[in-house]
Amino acid sequence: MTTLTKTEGTPAPNGAESFLSVRDLKVQFSTEDGIVRAVDGLSFDVERGKTLGIVGESGSGKSVTNLTVLGLHNPRTSTVDGEIILDGKELVTAKEKELEQLRGNKMAMIFQDPLTALSPFYTVGRQLSEPFMKHRGASKKEAKDRAIQMLEKVGIPQPKVRFDDYPHQFSGGMRQRAMIAMALMCDPDLLIADEPTTALDVTVQAQILDLLKDLQQEFGSAIIFITHDLGVISHMADDLLVMYAGRAVERGSVREVLHEPKHPYTWGLLSSMPRLDGDLDEKLTPIPGSPPSLLNPPSGCRFHPRCAFKDEVQGSLCSDTRPPLGEGRASACHLTAEQKQTIFIDKIQPRLR
Amino acid sequence: MSDNLTLPEQQGTAATSSETLLEVKGLTKHFPIFGGFPIKRKVGAVQAVDGIDLTVGYGESVGLVGESGCGKSTTGRLITRLLEPTAGSITYAGQDITHASRRQLAPVRSEIQMIFQDPYSSLNPRQTVGTIIKSPMEVNGIEPEGGREKKVRELLELVGLNPEHYNRFPHEFSGGQRQRIGVARALALNPKLIVADEPVSALDVSIQAQVVNLLQEVQKELGIAFLFIAHDLAIVRHFSQRVAVMYLGKVVEVGDRESIYNRPRHPYTHALLSAVPEVGIEDEDRERIRLAGDVPSPISPPSGCRFRTRCWKAQDKCASEEPPLVQLSGNRDGHLTACHFPEDPTTQRDEDVVLDPALKVLEEHASED
Amino acid sequence: MLQFIIRRTVGALVTLFLISAATFFLFVAAPSDYASLACGKDCSPQRLEDIRQALGLNLPIVQQFWDFMTGIVMGRDFPTGHCSAPCLGQSFYSGDMVWGTIMDRFPTTLTLTLGGAVVFLVVGVGAGMVAAFRRGSMVDKVATGVSMVLSSFQIYFLGPIVLIIFVYSTGWMDNPQYVPITQNPWGWFTGMLLPTLVMATIFTAQYTRMARSSMIEQLAEEHVRTARAKGMSRKYVFFRYAWRGSMIPIVTVLGIDLSSMLGGAVVTEITFSLQGIGRLAVDGAVHKDLPLTMGVMLFGAFFILLFNILTDIAYAWIDPRVRLS
Repeated sequence: MTTLTKTEGTPAPNGAESFLSVRDLKVQFSTEDGIVRAVDGLSFDVERGKTLGIVGESGSGKSVTNLTVLGLHNPRTSTVDGEIILDGKELVTAKEKELEQLRGNKMAMIFQDPLTALSPFYTVGRQLSEPFMKHRGASKKEAKDRAIQMLEKVGIPQPKVRFDDYPHQFSGGMRQRAMIAMALMCDPDLLIADEPTTALDVTVQAQILDLLKDLQQEFGSAIIFITHDLGVISHMADDLLVMYAGRAVERGSVREVLHEPKHPYTWGLLSSMPRLDGDLDEKLTPIPGSPPSLLNPPSGCRFHPRCAFKDEVQGSLCSDTRPPLGEGRASACHLTAEQKQTIFIDKIQPRLR
Repeated sequence: MSDNLTLPEQQGTAATSSETLLEVKGLTKHFPIFGGFPIKRKVGAVQAVDGIDLTVGYGESVGLVGESGCGKSTTGRLITRLLEPTAGSITYAGQDITHASRRQLAPVRSEIQMIFQDPYSSLNPRQTVGTIIKSPMEVNGIEPEGGREKKVRELLELVGLNPEHYNRFPHEFSGGQRQRIGVARALALNPKLIVADEPVSALDVSIQAQVVNLLQEVQKELGIAFLFIAHDLAIVRHFSQRVAVMYLGKVVEVGDRESIYNRPRHPYTHALLSAVPEVGIEDEDRERIRLAGDVPSPISPPSGCRFRTRCWKAQDKCASEEPPLVQLSGNRDGHLTACHFPEDPTTQRDEDVVLDPALKVLEEHASED
Repeated sequence: MLQFIIRRTVGALVTLFLISAATFFLFVAAPSDYASLACGKDCSPQRLEDIRQALGLNLPIVQQFWDFMTGIVMGRDFPTGHCSAPCLGQSFYSGDMVWGTIMDRFPTTLTLTLGGAVVFLVVGVGAGMVAAFRRGSMVDKVATGVSMVLSSFQIYFLGPIVLIIFVYSTGWMDNPQYVPITQNPWGWFTGMLLPTLVMATIFTAQYTRMARSSMIEQLAEEHVRTARAKGMSRKYVFFRYAWRGSMIPIVTVLGIDLSSMLGGAVVTEITFSLQGIGRLAVDGAVHKDLPLTMGVMLFGAFFILLFNILTDIAYAWIDPRVRLS
């Protein structure tokens, strides 16, 4: 089961080479309070060497989705349905041993807080070397050379010395660099970065984001970049997926989604964000209410209780029926294309300047 | 004390208030570090805040921005006297409160209130919302017209919560609603100055705007002065009439909003603004400034100008001589900069400044291909 | 690290001195007087004075304390003979040298402690780890259930039951007793088996629960997840990453348990009629025997302080953040 033959049945939309393909993914957790539908019918594709941004607030299911791709969800409390196909290989039904072969090797992850995500008990060098030794069968010496080379690449000064340091001896930015070096040790085809700069300062964030972009150029990895920050994502991603309450509500290229958004939630996000060059007389327009509990999510469109435009949709469609998300550039909303166009031009666009 | 919320007792008439409400001079806070052998003694100090000057006018909103470890939160805690200053002076409404005792502070304490970052840990989970909002009035022995409960209900309504929720507990509210409770508590004593320490950074994006708008209404309608401490430059710009930029315990640049955001002079302000990721600004439109490394430790900050270790314009003078915070030629009144070699007053620049060694190598490599 | 150990040792010595002083003066301040107690019913003032003289109780209190403390370091001379350092004085009640008595009794307590520790560390911590590794499985449920029941037992309840079953009714075992290991290893083993196991059972239950919960806590740590995300196997992550962190609470409690057990396992010793340090402590208190009480007290305090330092050294060994700060 280690051969990576291409299966036929995975056509990518628009004929682009889809490297990771997620279809109708459903993740549920059973908790004491009931079943949490953390991800509810999510589909997306990532092209080789491209960056997919996933934007959403806390509880939108963006982190759960990506832990599931890596198979790091807790199998005891969660159930996963749907398909995750990485380079032709089905991951939902894959055995644990097969996933272990892929993790850190073909797909790697960068976590949000490098202080807690690196073990305090082992040196940075050791933690970097481990995956290389496991996946490449490298000797300790070879792994050390590779680790030092990677530490240097991500901009750690004196990598030979720092190899033997513990994570707590690194500064915050350096730790995240080490984390990136660790993820790139085996030259993965897919890199999942979960809020990798949220815990960092602005100037350090800018350095790390540029570093990730430059490294992607060199390593050619596909990146799934998860964040709540639209500014960060506009800087990083090629394609964008907006998630709300466990579902994707809008998809498209970064330009399309951020410049001509089509979903009321995306409109809300953009208009509630202050900008450095925004009009100061224009008040921010927040989205009313707060994100729903996934124990008991709203029926129909999950955004409808907070939506300012649900009255423009005929009847009770918004509260009854889940709006589908089409292929390619799409938004999951019952408003007609003309309505979206009119509302965006009349009401939303003026707020964004 | 007036009970009427809609009538501001202190009219915050103009954006540029002539009268000073709060004046901070040479404010310093050093946290001692103990160690040594065989007897523990003071071996050093974290120079969290090191001699800053700051003023807040009546009804004015002043933003304090900077990265972690720059001392902005410590400054807030010094001003609200949650911490004891090591040196310097804090003058509130003409009264020196730097080392005022509890008793001396009592009348002032009700006028300076604080809003905290974390709406989850700053509210006592065992008290009802009513009790939480009421307690500052009880502590200070204030009996508003119509009773405390009536006042609490008015406050709840004012911050956009249902007054019927008087008897609920904090865990029944979402993060944004909890922060509203925090605002209501701060307003209970009709304060003249609110120190808001990262009031929205723990909230979701869609909720942040709700709280920012609420604070803005409170500030404008009740004429309350704000010291708004945050790391998010866009939010600070939105909220503050004047802005001070801090770096490693020092104010490096201060001025009116327009000057700081459009005509900054200090290289650090340039770097900060350049680092903010923005929707709608294409990468090609804007030249980058990418610093190297992290902020140095405040235990042994660099000599002279503290930013010099990460600055692309640093020269020998920067190491030997600390730049004073002064008005540079070409700056507007009140726009002060602490730099020997200031940048041009614009956010446009001709080429990238990339100091990060890893980025340099990778990008040179890429451009050769 | 060396600096740290030196500083802690000096601190421990000072603490020991303060404990001695506190015990001594509290004991003297108490209303009972050993001499009049020993003197009995038909006591004459002359006899009382003689006893006082013999026990050294006629000296000023500070002098008595000074003699006691210097005796520990340099030894002391009594009318009945020399008591070499470390001299904890002479028992009022039996007239034996306290240090000698303690040394006679200590092997019993040591056997109980070390034997018990081996059992509850291996079985208890082991079961807890297995339960955590197979969380939610049958193994976990059994381990959790059994440890819950056992940890609610008490030695004075479990002990007699075990004695009735194994000794009195079936006669499979002899009555528990201490036989020096140098004399008869098999007799030592069988003599101490029941008390050790009974005591260990209750500790085992506690350690199982503690190990399980601290392991589960560690498994939820982000750095453990990172290690899994690197492709390291569940087993590897469990034994390399989660294990270390989970040791910290166990080491803390182990230090407290071992030091208090070495200072005397009173209930176990009484339940099984063993002559250990705990029994000695009770005797000292009952007979108002100042030197004996002081001796046992200091002996116990010594272990508490020793294990305190050992626990801190263990922290430093486990966690580099402690070591390098």
